[in-house]
Parts: sequence; structure tokens; C-alpha cells
Amino acid sequence: MIEIKDLHKSYHMGSNSLHVLKGINFSVNEGEMVAIMGSSGSGKSTLLNILGMLDEADNGSYHLDGKMIANLNEKAAAKYRNQFLGFIFQSFNLINYKTALDNVAMPLYYQGIKRNVRIEKAMHYLEKVGLADWATHLPNELSGGQKQRVAIARALASDPKVLLADEPTGALDTTTSYEVMELIQNINDEGKTILCVTHEEDISHMCKRVVNLKDGLIIDDSLVKQVRAKEAANV
Amino acid sequence: MFSLERWQEIFETMSKNWLRTLLTMISVFFGIFILVILLGFSSGIKNGVRNEFEQDATNRISIWTGVTTKEFKGLNPGRRIQLRNSDFEEINTKYDDDLEYRTGLYSIWGGTVTYKKESGNYRIEGANADQQFIENESMVLGRFINNSDLQTSVKVAVIGNQIKKDLFKDENPIGKSIEVFGINFLVVGVYTDPGGTREETRIFIPITTAQKVFNAGDKLRSLAYTIKMSDNFDEAVALSASLSEQFESDIKNKYSIAPDDRSAVRVNDTLEEAKKIYGLIDTISLVFWIIGLFTIIAGIVGVSNIMLIVVKERTKEIGIRKAIGALPSSIIGMILQEAIFITALAGFIGLFAGVFLLDAVGPMIENDFIKNPQVDFKTAMLAVGLLIFAGALAGFIPARRAANIKPIEALRDE
Repeated sequence: MIEIKDLHKSYHMGSNSLHVLKGINFSVNEGEMVAIMGSSGSGKSTLLNILGMLDEADNGSYHLDGKMIANLNEKAAAKYRNQFLGFIFQSFNLINYKTALDNVAMPLYYQGIKRNVRIEKAMHYLEKVGLADWATHLPNELSGGQKQRVAIARALASDPKVLLADEPTGALDTTTSYEVMELIQNINDEGKTILCVTHEEDISHMCKRVVNLKDGLIIDDSLVKQVRAKEAANV
Repeated sequence: MFSLERWQEIFETMSKNWLRTLLTMISVFFGIFILVILLGFSSGIKNGVRNEFEQDATNRISIWTGVTTKEFKGLNPGRRIQLRNSDFEEINTKYDDDLEYRTGLYSIWGGTVTYKKESGNYRIEGANADQQFIENESMVLGRFINNSDLQTSVKVAVIGNQIKKDLFKDENPIGKSIEVFGINFLVVGVYTDPGGTREETRIFIPITTAQKVFNAGDKLRSLAYTIKMSDNFDEAVALSASLSEQFESDIKNKYSIAPDDRSAVRVNDTLEEAKKIYGLIDTISLVFWIIGLFTIIAGIVGVSNIMLIVVKERTKEIGIRKAIGALPSSIIGMILQEAIFITALAGFIGLFAGVFLLDAVGPMIENDFIKNPQVDFKTAMLAVGLLIFAGALAGFIPARRAANIKPIEALRDE
């Protein structure tokens, strides 16, 4: 599903150059649930941004679903993002003057789907994350966990190949975190490929594979025994 | 551009941010409103002045004489210069090719005119048949003075519409007899004048009759001509000016008047005046246009400014939209369409408010120089075109900026 080879990325700030990714090789198969771990500054968010086509690598190759992703113009990038990827952010990034339902329907709008179909589909995904009753509420009327679940519904709405989650539980308390992770695990169980950046040990163990990043290099890549969030919450 | 979805998006963002939208609209509203009012008044001034000129033919030249103020060729100042029939004939013959209508005039400023029990004080003018066209009169009833009246010096009179109203009320005055200074005149016609009631309180009688009745012999008070108009306005003005000069110098030569004596002979060249005033009006409307345009530019800059703030404020939102698959073109379209819509909507409201105000207040304005201020359809359409263009212009830079927003930077958590 995802295949990257010898990925390099540097940031230039004035005369200083910061080499963030120093040759990453890594591949993800369909249906995997991968945690990308690392302390801050290890390059994990940069990696996710490149995977999400929000940023471009300086060197190396990136294949997504067999397609080479390189030198995309904005239009093509937008199309790929819409078709292949769903984003989940730490700070939810919902549009705050739109209702939960409209937020979920947004990616479908950019796919050119008619309004009634859009609303129907969006409602389906809101039901899936258990927020059907909150469809007409604005984001600031929802709790953090609810907001993140709306964001997850939005990421799912365009039926992407891969879900990219950047610290999905970073702004949530433990109980809510586990609820959100349980939802993500359920989505993975249905066969969706998920990449999840985190720096929390317990969250990473809820994935099936943990990739450890340090100073721009992968220092460890191993399969782990998945801890089900539901059970973790009961402990 | 015309997709329903896009409009829903725009209405939604506008209503969610109504204060910002309102403030933007106010600046555009006033821009167009002021432009419309200014243009209305410039057309009002044009109408007013044109109306002043329409009282008489615009290509008219009038000649009066007065008292000399300078000694010349041994003659003392203080001589009264008197025009006579012979002066009129001389000019007629000499400049026959260039003249259209011509008349000598002998008028009494105020004379009591009586019909049955009604009476009033009116100006009485002895004139030729041509006077009808020189004074720009059109007949309501009957006829004007004709050549046979002039040859036979009959006592007939043509009265203004206002006099008819004063003396005859609803009665038909044609064929009735009125008394002027105790002498009976037969009313043969009623005229109306574009200059309004003031110009309709005159009675015209044949010049030959006037000279007899008022014991004037062959004396004339003034001469009036219109020149033959050529299609080219500037040529006509030049001809009018040169004729005026020649009339003046001819009379001055004949009566031995100092060339620089301004009060002995006065020649009024209406066309020259008209040209000056029309030029002035054109300048005024140009200035009004410029002021109006600058006001609109201020409005546009306002919209552009606010749209820039909007883009800045919505950076994160635009980043989110791009992250979930919005094309740059759809972002540009969104901002541009919103800018055009806001300008156009506010502009139309301003346009209608301006037109409405002019319509409501315009007719109430009682001023000789401003009449019927209004904006014609063409100008209004021009303003509308200007608005759409302005909206696009106002939205363009902010839209470009929005399209260039990188989602990764917009979404960076601060």
C-alpha cells in the first residue's frame, strides 16, 4: 500500500539547515495498523506530512497504492489526497461554523457528490462513530472526544485507502483517548490501513506494529501484540 | 461559478460572519450611492442649464443700443443711440446668406391689458413673424403674427398661455378682443414657451402696428437674429462670434461710437455663451465622475482589504479544506465569488438607494440650474458593469493568496 525508499528531508531556516529525515525505508501493507513513535524532533510528523502529500521530500521515492507520488502540482495532490487519504489531527481541525454533519460531508463536496447523497453518506459515518444525535451541533458544542470522532467520520467519508492520524489522542484525557482508539481499532478491523503518529507508549501498543524514529532514522520496526483499547480501559 | 453548492457555501460563510460582511458591504454601498447621487446631480445641472437656454433659440444674436459713455470723433458722451428700420434692413441685406430668422423689436415693458372684467400688466412686444422661432414659441391655439398682418398693420395680438389663463380662464380667446392701453386688439393665437410661465406673460403684436400705435415712427428697441446652423457645432459657434463682432462694428461705425464703448451697443451671442456653459457642464460632470470613481476605488480597496483579512482569518479553514481535497481553483473560485457577490449586492443596493433618492427628492428641487436630476439607464448599466469588475478586482489578490496557502503551514499546531 505504502512504499518509501531512502527518503530525505531538510528544512532551511535562514543560514541553518536542519536535516530532519535522513534516509527512511519503510513499507506498509494493506490492513496494517502502524504506530510511528518518537520523541519530538525525531521527524515523525514530517514523515506523516510527506505521506499525506502535505509536504514534499527532497530525495527518495514514495509509492502509494502503486502510484508514484512525486512532483505533484497542487491540483493533482489535492485529487490524490481526496481519493486516497483521510486525515485525523491532534487539534481535530473541524470547521467551526459548520455543523458536525456538514463537516463530515466536506470531502464529499470536493468529490463533486450531490448534496442529498452527501448528507446521506455523512450521516451514515456519523452513525458509525456514534454521533448521529449530534449531527446538527456545531463543533464548539461538542466535547473533545466527540470532536475527534467527528473528525474520524470526516476522514472516513471519502472512503480513503489510508487513514493518517497525527497524535489523534494528544489533546484528550486517557478515558476519551481509549474510546477514540477503540473506534480506530474497529475501523482497522474492517480492513482500513491506518498510520498513527504518537509519542505515548500505551497508544502505540494498541497498534499492530510499532516503528520507532530517532533523529531522522528508523531505529526499530517490530510487530507487537495489539492491546485492545476496550480491555485497557477496564484495567 | 453557477453551481448551487458553491452558493450555499458562500451564503453560509457570509451569514456566519455577518458583521464582517455587513461592514464590507457598507463601504461599497456608499461608493456607488455617492456616485449615483453625483451623476444624478450632474445630469440635473445639465437639464437645468439646457432648459434655461431652451427659452430662446440657442443660435440667437440680439442687439440693443444704449447711451454712449465715451467721446469719439469730437462727439460728446451721453448720446442716446436709436436703432431704426433702416439699420435692420441694412444688416438683413448685408448678411442675408448667414441669417436664418430676423426681427426688429419694439417693446413696452409693462402695459395694462384688459379682457371684460379681467386685467393684468404684461409686456407688449412688436415683432416680425420670425419672432416665433427666435423665441422658440410653439402655438397652443390659432396662429402667430404673419406677413399680411405686418403689411396691413392690423391690430392683432398673440398672447402667452399664462395670459390666456389669467384673463380668459377656460374661455377660447381666439377671435376675442382685448384692450391694450385702451386700444382694441383681436387675439389670433396663444403660444407656449419652454422657459415656463415667466416667458408666457408677453403679448406679441406686429412691429408695424406697434410703431404706429406707440407713435414710434421707424424706431426699434432691439434687433434679434438667428444664424444658419451648420452641422458642425464649433463652426456654428465661430460663425456666430464673427457675425456678432461684425454687427457691433457696423453699428459703431454708422453711429460714430468709440470701438471700446461697451454700453452704447450691446450684442449678445447666445451660441458663444452656450458653448462656454456646456463646456463648464462637461467639466463638472467629469469632475463628478472622477470623485465618484475614487469613492468606488476606496470601496474596492476596502473590500480587498477585508477579503485579505478574511483569507488570513480563514487560513486554517482553507488549509483544512485543502487537506481534505479542495482544488486550488475551488478555493480561488470561493473567495472571488464571495468578493464579487458582496460588491455586486452592496453595489446594487447603493444603486437603487441612489436612484430612489433622486426619484423622490429630484422633482422637489426648485432651482433654475438644477432640474430633474436622474441617472439614465445607460449610466446605471455602466455602474453595474463597473461593480462586477471591481468585485473581481477586489477578490483577485486575496483569492491568489488563499490558493497559495500550504495546508501543512495552515494546520501547524501553535
